[in-house]
This record gives sequence, C-alpha cells and structure tokens, in this order.
Amino acid sequence: MTKYIIRRLFWSIPVLFFLTLAVFILIRAIPGGPFDFAGDKSLPPSVVKNLEAKYRLNDPVWKQFVDYLSDLILRFDLGPSFRYKSRTVNDIIAQTLPISAQLGLVALALALLIGIPAGIIAALRQNTMVDYTATFIAIIGVSIPAIVMGPFLIWIFALPHDIGGWHYEPIFPVSRWGAKPPFFLGFLPVPDLEFWKYAILPAFTLGTGLSASIARLTRASLLQVIREDYIRTARAKGLSERAVIVRHALKNSMIPVVTILGPMFAAVLTGTFVVEQIFAIPGLGKHFVTSIGNRDYPVVLGTSLLYGVAIVIANLAVDIVYAWLDPRIRYD
Amino acid sequence: MSTGQRQDEEALRLQFALRKERSPWADAFRQLRKNRVAVGSGIFLIFIIFTALFADYIAPYHFADAHMADNYRLPRLNIPILGHDPTSPYLLGADFLGRDILSRTIYGTRVSISVGFAGALVSLVIGIIYGLISGYSSTRVDNIMMRFVDFLYGLPILIFVILLQVYFKAVARKGATGLLGAMVSLDEKMGGMFFIFVAIGALNWLGMARLTRGQVLSYKQKEFIEAARSIGASNLRIIFRHLLPNVLGPCIVAETLAIPGYIFTEAFLSFLGLGVNAPTPSWGIMISEGYIGLRSYPHLIFTPSVALTLTVLAFNFLGDGLRDAFDPRLRGTT
Repeated sequence: MTKYIIRRLFWSIPVLFFLTLAVFILIRAIPGGPFDFAGDKSLPPSVVKNLEAKYRLNDPVWKQFVDYLSDLILRFDLGPSFRYKSRTVNDIIAQTLPISAQLGLVALALALLIGIPAGIIAALRQNTMVDYTATFIAIIGVSIPAIVMGPFLIWIFALPHDIGGWHYEPIFPVSRWGAKPPFFLGFLPVPDLEFWKYAILPAFTLGTGLSASIARLTRASLLQVIREDYIRTARAKGLSERAVIVRHALKNSMIPVVTILGPMFAAVLTGTFVVEQIFAIPGLGKHFVTSIGNRDYPVVLGTSLLYGVAIVIANLAVDIVYAWLDPRIRYD
Repeated sequence: MSTGQRQDEEALRLQFALRKERSPWADAFRQLRKNRVAVGSGIFLIFIIFTALFADYIAPYHFADAHMADNYRLPRLNIPILGHDPTSPYLLGADFLGRDILSRTIYGTRVSISVGFAGALVSLVIGIIYGLISGYSSTRVDNIMMRFVDFLYGLPILIFVILLQVYFKAVARKGATGLLGAMVSLDEKMGGMFFIFVAIGALNWLGMARLTRGQVLSYKQKEFIEAARSIGASNLRIIFRHLLPNVLGPCIVAETLAIPGYIFTEAFLSFLGLGVNAPTPSWGIMISEGYIGLRSYPHLIFTPSVALTLTVLAFNFLGDGLRDAFDPRLRGTT
C-alpha cells in the first residue's frame, strides 16, 4: 500500500508539471497584458516597461518558467501578485483558501449527510411512495444548477417579503461570510450559530446537486448489493435485517459512491467559482476568476496549481478508501 | 402427457416461430415508450428544439430590441409575488435595457440546445474513435492511450475550459489571421457559440473513450468477431461494421446523460461573463444580468431559470428512461 501511494505521488508529478506548463503558456498567450489598465486609465508606456522589467516579464518565456518553478520548489514561493502590489500569491492563498475550503467541506458534508441516508431509505423502501418521492426529488435536485439555486434561496430566505398582509423578515443573511471567519484548525467551521446562519445558504447551493446524485447512486448500488448471494446467506443464517443491511450490504454499496467522490470533489472546487460570486464570498474561487480577467499571471498559476494538487490528493484518498472498502482490490 | 398439454406446447412453439425478430434498438424503443415521464420529456424537448428553430417566428420581439423607457417593466402575466402590471406590453416583463424577457428566453433555447447537442456530438465522435482504436489495438498501444486519458483525468478540466474561453474571447477582440482568424469569424457569425462548442466538446470525450474501450475489450473476445475475422474481414470492417453498432447504444445513453452537464457548463461560463457574445441571449447570461437586481426585480431571472431547469430536467428524465430501456440492470443509477 505504501509503495502504491508513493508510486501514485510520483505519477502526479508529470500531471502537475504539465498543468503548470499549460496554464503558464496559455495565460501568456491570451492577448492583453497585466499592466494594460490601472483602474480605468491605461498606464504610460514607460511605466509599463519598468513594471515589466521589475516582474521579469521581458525574459524569454522558458527562462520565466524555469525561474517560476525554481522559486516554487526551492522556496515554496508562488511569486508576487501583479494586481495587488503589496500582496504575494502566498498571502492571497493563505487568506482566501480557508474560506473556500470551509465552504467546500460544509457543502460536501451536507451532500453526504443528506445523500447517503436518502439513498438508503429509498432503496430499502423500493417501489413505495417514499422511494418514488425521494427519486423524484433527487432528479429535480440534479437538474437545478447553482446559478438558479443560489438566487432562488437568497430570494426566499434572505429577502424580506410581504405576502397577503404578512411581513416576513429574512431568516438567513447573505454576504457576511469571511468578514470574521470563526476557524477551527485554520479552516474547519466551529459550531457557532452566527456562522451557520450565513453558511447554510451557500453550502446548500453548492451541495444540493451533489447530494441528489449521491442519493441516486447510493440507492442504485444498494439495490444491486441486496440481491447478492452473500446477503441471502446472511439472512438465511438468521441475522436481523438491521445487521444484514448495516454490517453486510452498506459497506459494499458504498464502493460506487466513493468512486464518484473524486470527480465530485473537482465539481465542488469549480462550483465555488459561481457560488462565491453569487453570495459575495471572498474566497479563492472568486479570486481565480477575477485574476484571469486582470491577467494576474502568478495568481492564476498559483490557484490553478493549488486546484491541481487538491484534485490529485482527493483522487489518491478515494483510491485508498476504495481499497479499504473492497478487499478484493489490491494495489501492488 | 395429455393431449391438452401437447397442444399448448405446439401453440407455444408456433408463437415463437411466428414472433418477429426484433433488433435491440426496437426493443429498447418499445421499453422507452412505456415510460411515460421519459416520453413526456422527449416531447417537451422536441417542443424546445422547435422553439429554437423557429424562434424568429415565435418570439414577439427581437432579442436585441431595447426599449429604454421600459427598462425593468413588470410582467403582464400575474405570477404570485413577482409583481405584475396589467398594461405592460411584455408578457413576462422586460430586462434592464427594456428587452422582452420572453423573447430573449425563446432565443436562449438556441444556445442551450446547440451547446447540448454540439458538445455531445464532438465528445461522442472523438471519444468513440479514440476508444475503438485503443480497445482494438495491441495491449501496448492500448496501455499508452489509456495512460494518456488517465493523465488528462487528473487535470482540473474546467480551469482549462475557462482559460481557453478567455483566450478565444481575447483573440476575437484583437483580431486574428489564418486558421484562428477563420475560427474567430465563424464564432462571430454564431454569436460566440463556436468556441464554447470547441471548449466543451474537446475536453469531455474522456469518459466516452473509457466507456467505448471497455465495451470493445469485452466484445473483442466474442465469437462473432472471430467469425468475421475467419472469413477475412479487414480490421476497419470489423471495427465499423461489427464493433461500432454494438458499442453505440450504451455510448448514446451515456451521452444523453452528459448533455445536462454541457448545458450547465455553458450557463456557468455565461454567468462568469465567458459565454456567448452580447447581445446574443443565453439563459446563463440572463440570470447573471438579473440576479444582481433580485430584490427589486425578481421577474428578470424567473423565466430563464425556469427554462433552464425544465430543459435540464427533461434531458435527465429522457436519459434515465433511455438507460433503463437499453439496460434494465442499470435502473436508477446515475
């Protein structure tokens, strides 16, 4: 197993290298430079020249790339931000990553906590009203994109309404996230009522689609597992239904669910781009999108690389859990 | 054995003999017709496709028709809570430039539907060809080709889609020559859709390639392939006459289920300002323009949101129905 993990980590090096190289070239190939505009005015050419010299943008591209890589590997330095003159990319990531990680983790947790139980209940009550309702809600859940879900939730829960003479005050405020983030171990959310009040809507927006697809997958997979011979054996030897499901069926039915957690993790990462936009959360996703528009090369590179690393780690974690769930899988 | 039983058996045999041989496609279609929700979704999608085709005749206004005096005009239709204005000339209201929201939503079907189908077509063609070659080749070539797919899988694909889209847009603004220039002018004629097709299709064929390869690997060992080879069929003939028709069914089902993802991606890109060019309407752009004024004018995003959700829902229902019809064992999987 250790050998497998080490081999996988080595295999991820070319992936990350290619990612860096491709983003490096692509972002420089985009017409328009980082110093074309300062606010609304364009800078005088002499100033642009000096700035480009300062950030070594006049060097040949291969040299810039080698410099970037050596800074990154030797000093863990992702370079300065071209836009925010006083901040480095490391600063920006340190400030915004915890907020995005918090959002992503809460959404993922929500997705699993709703999705798995819903799928199990639907499977155990197959072809009953409960099953039909759950399946129907799940398919609607997969079909509502975040850009519809977000504004809809804001409209219902975060805006005051007057309906039929009744006045409703908003329950969950928006756009307060990140103002005073209560962090636990740097990024984990703390059980603080104030935090959940503004975290619940964005997390739900990001998590609904995921929880719906997890529910669908859990249901299907559990239904398949229940028909296996070893479940019949477990029932035949007189185990209680609860023991059969919890101890024998559930673990195996989780295998397909775990496989989609990898792509799902990637979906959470990119989902933060729009969810942070909608809810005005100052996280990494929002920064990534604005930095492309600003041609802030180091920020784009740094964040892309970070996403790449996160996906590599997530996929590795998925494979390890996979091996634990299914002892037939051997990695050596 | 009684005579009655023998007669029964006789009748049964006759029945089998008379039964027409059905292709798996016809079988699947019969199954699909029994699924009412899937049929309804299919009809709805045909309706949407016709809306897209005949948008010019259906829409009461042109999508770029701005009536500045009527900006944010409320809808004539009385939808609860949205607010309405019985004298309004716009059934579902007007946006921040006084453009008719209903008309823009109708024209918006063009973008979503074309992105859905074009994305599916591009990834289907690339994925199937790649998968067929990989699965049919020697183990060595297969290994290399699949390693490449694994490699691409490890990358955050949407980041590349975003970067490519920014690149194409910036190039289009600046002007280009040669092949890129031809693509840019084609993109301009299509209101900015072409590059979205390229970006979405070019990066979503991986799953299709894996699926096709897996199918080919299992069919390759079957007797009918051996039989074809023994009578001297060429490799190309085996691939296209014998393997492709068998592989196609599951691939089309998987692709139908992938279409909502492409529609989402377009809406997502448009929302971030990286979608089609203004004033071409897309549901994503309409939502991104409207959600800022959500508090005062919720009618701006109501219609495009409903259209987007219903269309994706229909594709999901239809995809589910198709999958159940083609392979009942997979019932209910995502």
